[in-house]
Amino acid sequence: MENIKYITENFGKYDISSIDSYMSIGGFEALRKAVAMDGDAVAAVLSEAKIKGRGGAEYPMGRKWSQARVVKRPHHCVVCNADEGETCTFKDRELIKNDPFNLIEAIIIAGWTVNAEDAYIYLRAEYACLRPRIINAIQQAEEHDFLGKNILGTGWSYNIHLYSGAGAYVCGEGTALIRSIEGKAGRPRMKPPFMKQSGLFARPTCINNVESLSIVPHLLRNALPYMQAGTKESVGTKLISVGGNVNKPGVYEIPFGISIRDIIYDLAGGVQEGRNIRLIQFGGASGKISDDRILDIPYSYESFAANNLIIGSGSVLVIDERTSVIDFLRYTQDFFLHESCGQCTPCREGNRHIRIFLEKIKNGIHTDEDIRTMKTFATVMPMSSLCGLGETAQNALKSAFTIFPEVFTVKKSAGGI
Amino acid sequence: MIMEDMINLKINGMPVRVHKGTKILEAARLLHIDIPHLCYHPDQRIKARCRICSVEVVGKKRLLAACATECWEGMEVFTDTKVVRDTQRGILQLIMADHEENCLTCPRNGNCVLQQLCSRFNILRPNLTHVAEHLTVRTGNPSLVHDPEKCVKCGRCIRVCKDVQGIEAIGFAGRSTGLKVTTPYEDDFAKTDCVLCGQCTVVCPVGALVERDDTDKVLDAIFDPAKKVIVQTAPSVRVALGDAFGLPDGSIVTKKMVAALRMIGFDKVFDTNYGADLTITEEACELIDRLKNNRKMPMTTSCCPAWVNFVEKHYPGEIEHLSSTKSPMSIFSAVLKTQYARQEKIAPENIFSVAVMPCIAKKYEARRPELGKNGNFDTDAVITTRGLIKLIKYIGIDFVNLQEDEFDDPMGESTGAGAIFGTTGGVMEAALRTAYEWLTGREMPTLEYTPVRGFEGIKEAQVKIDKYNLKIAVVHTLKNAALVMNKLQVGQCDYDFIEIMACPGGCVGGGGQPVTTTFAATKKRMSALYEIDRSSKLRRSHENPYLKKLYAEFLVSPGSDKAHQLLHTCYQARTKEFDF
Ligand SMILES: Cc1cc2nc3c(=O)[nH]c(=O)nc-3n(C[C@H](O)[C@H](O)[C@H](O)COP(=O)(O)O)c2cc1C
Ligand code: SF4
Ligand code: SF4
Ligand code: SF4
Ligand code: SF4
Ligand code: FES
Repeated sequence: MENIKYITENFGKYDISSIDSYMSIGGFEALRKAVAMDGDAVAAVLSEAKIKGRGGAEYPMGRKWSQARVVKRPHHCVVCNADEGETCTFKDRELIKNDPFNLIEAIIIAGWTVNAEDAYIYLRAEYACLRPRIINAIQQAEEHDFLGKNILGTGWSYNIHLYSGAGAYVCGEGTALIRSIEGKAGRPRMKPPFMKQSGLFARPTCINNVESLSIVPHLLRNALPYMQAGTKESVGTKLISVGGNVNKPGVYEIPFGISIRDIIYDLAGGVQEGRNIRLIQFGGASGKISDDRILDIPYSYESFAANNLIIGSGSVLVIDERTSVIDFLRYTQDFFLHESCGQCTPCREGNRHIRIFLEKIKNGIHTDEDIRTMKTFATVMPMSSLCGLGETAQNALKSAFTIFPEVFTVKKSAGGI
Repeated sequence: MIMEDMINLKINGMPVRVHKGTKILEAARLLHIDIPHLCYHPDQRIKARCRICSVEVVGKKRLLAACATECWEGMEVFTDTKVVRDTQRGILQLIMADHEENCLTCPRNGNCVLQQLCSRFNILRPNLTHVAEHLTVRTGNPSLVHDPEKCVKCGRCIRVCKDVQGIEAIGFAGRSTGLKVTTPYEDDFAKTDCVLCGQCTVVCPVGALVERDDTDKVLDAIFDPAKKVIVQTAPSVRVALGDAFGLPDGSIVTKKMVAALRMIGFDKVFDTNYGADLTITEEACELIDRLKNNRKMPMTTSCCPAWVNFVEKHYPGEIEHLSSTKSPMSIFSAVLKTQYARQEKIAPENIFSVAVMPCIAKKYEARRPELGKNGNFDTDAVITTRGLIKLIKYIGIDFVNLQEDEFDDPMGESTGAGAIFGTTGGVMEAALRTAYEWLTGREMPTLEYTPVRGFEGIKEAQVKIDKYNLKIAVVHTLKNAALVMNKLQVGQCDYDFIEIMACPGGCVGGGGQPVTTTFAATKKRMSALYEIDRSSKLRRSHENPYLKKLYAEFLVSPGSDKAHQLLHTCYQARTKEFDF
């Protein structure tokens, strides 16, 4: 398959410890372009490219930026969500590792667009090894007056601060993340107030994922290849993290619209030892699952929506036939049982009961009544949970009800007892 | 009312018009629909964490929390569809699966929000595995009992402790199913910043945070033929007790209360208001002494035990500002076990002194070694308004239809000034009435001093008495008290006299009041106390005839050495720890 390099264009092309090296391949040209533009024009470029947030929630990015910039309250700030907590998701790590200056440039452009005074990078605790290269990039950008006071003679001042994550999945959720930076326990809060109105330190806050941000400098420099890639509704390219029982797990940049089969059998080298696929989960633990019936559908927002799937964080987790559906669901449920912040009833209590039902099913001691109750709670949780974690925690289970109904059926015992 | 500020919506098909900013839960109330709720409390910030108020809103994929969602124009809400019922009932079932359901032996049996909800949703048998773990009950102090097994993690206690009292003695710890409400280092409250105000026990919807129950101790004494069991009742109990028997908020039930206390079996029914008169007389005298002799200023009141705890624990360097006068309860008990005992020829150890208080910090106050002799405490037992309700229910009294009765002589005698002790601003007003007369030799021109009345957190005023231009302040809630104390600490506080009460609204909103207490009910109780004052024959504490007699026969005069010995106390700087 043809290799496309757009978001990952700079990978391996420059010395990531040197801003001069970055500038020699066109670094900070996008920023120069941006400051010559009106913020609305920058947001319009993103809207035209139909970029949806790559952190999981798929919110249109151009809309987010144009809404953020018109909020009247002072002291705007930008947050770069580098918590990357979703299972089987490691694309942001590659972006920071191989192209830190591009991210810094993107964060500066974001600040310019939404009239921010500060930016905060919230870096996943386990990515501590990436800290030095981010700090170095920030320092060099400061030395070259891309950060600090009067950037590029515009009179605009802006700084980037780096924060280490608190090591909890839920801290990737925007409101929990800002509380974590504020030094509070990382528990989500209800919305409204929305982040754009009152986020970090009660300032208007524009939060974006690493990948979402990383696209921006490329787009401002040369939009054409991006606009020509992908499908009508899903323009451009995407970083996907492929993992599980495949021969070549890793991060791949793909144009939207290629088939799942291409992803698994071409890019990722197929399933280990030629085994059959039991199931595929897209978008991390909070994503939905399917079996191999969807191998030939295109990887795009519109085709996923039609097939009851979500792109989410862009992960593709392939589970082969050795793992049963129920075991997979049990592991997924363990994840949420561990990661729930516990503050709202449906999620705190719901996860553990779903887990108990799954255990019963594994042991073959479940009743029809159990399945009915489990289905009720698999709806109660997403219907009423406070944040996105509880809302999505049963996505895998709920898709299993339709894709794999047989694993839930009650075996009538032959003895008739 | 501006028209744009009104919003039209429909709930279960019924139209309703509300002010902009109204939440769905409040709008439903206008239609007489009570949407189930646990974490919502009318006096608190929205928490939106229990989710039991989830309702359907047309056009929304998910259910919305009715307590947290503002109504919008044209909104269509349903509170009774299948998915709403499944969800609300499901959340209840989830809570019950993690709940130690021993209602029959629970202090909140009969007035528990969770119990009411289970009854409402007809939860007949469990459909989920019981997952409750056994957890240790915290009982290491005389006031508060914390039973985490019954906690529904609603966060109401945390909010009141932080937002009203500014203490933060309790908070959430842990995550997922391990989330719990606890103290720092899991210590008992005695070892934390907690001042035992009891506000958390008023807002807790279940039996997780309750007072230590001392009603059995009282009944044991009543059953003991050797004991003369004498009860005193605080001013604010008589305007709150009726709430629990279906009377409107703020009903004055003094005489029914007296009748009930007699039926319970107390030998004498006296009035803490008498003690309040004494406290005011001594405190006014102390204020004048401090003014005239340039002693430590400002002077602050010391009748509120949670406030005293607060100073001892949080501002140990400022103890000298506290008036040395004992609180009405303790001053009453001191007189009871000395002068009264002598007069009635009863051995003090045969008197069992019971106080009915709106407060759980009083339980701790009664255990202060300085308020007793040789290990015998002046006040033998303190029960709260809630405790009294339990006793009334135990005897089986039809409270509302009781024949009215009068306090006994002589310590049932009191003035209107004693009555208003139960509200924020009352001590100040009462003290001013007496101090004015003593300093000027004249009656205060108007007895009702309104600048210190009302619900505002910090009220300031200047009063000219004789040659003194007194700067006074009236403060309620400890969060406000901290604002004043922080200024005082750095010498930026030029008040002469400060009245401070820990609970919102003063004792009428106390930590031992019925669990139905809200700011709205508290305000009605405040008005009721002012009404009692207005209709009293005597309205200045020093005019109390039995009090005059006490000074004439026993204590010489206010502020005398004898008065100091009996009616004054001392305080002690504490690290975080209370020692019992
Ligand atoms: C439980 C939970 C965890 C999340 N974790 C992450 C994360 O690790 N990284 C991320 O970028 N977004 C995460 N999100 C999504 C963010 O809330 C937010 O939508 C995103 O950072 C916005 O950026 P985007 O629009 O660029 O995607 C998470 C959401 C939830 C509900
Ligand atoms: S849904 Fe789960 S993670 Fe989110 S607030 Fe509720 S308990 Fe916490
Ligand atoms: S808290 Fe309520 S539901 Fe729980 S045991 Fe006590 S009375 Fe019963
Ligand atoms: S008694 Fe008062 S100070 Fe102590 S935990 Fe409860 S609300 Fe906080
Ligand atoms: S102790 Fe009571 S008020 Fe506090 S969280 Fe638990 S149930 Fe709620
Ligand atoms: S009452 Fe609304 S979420 Fe608790």
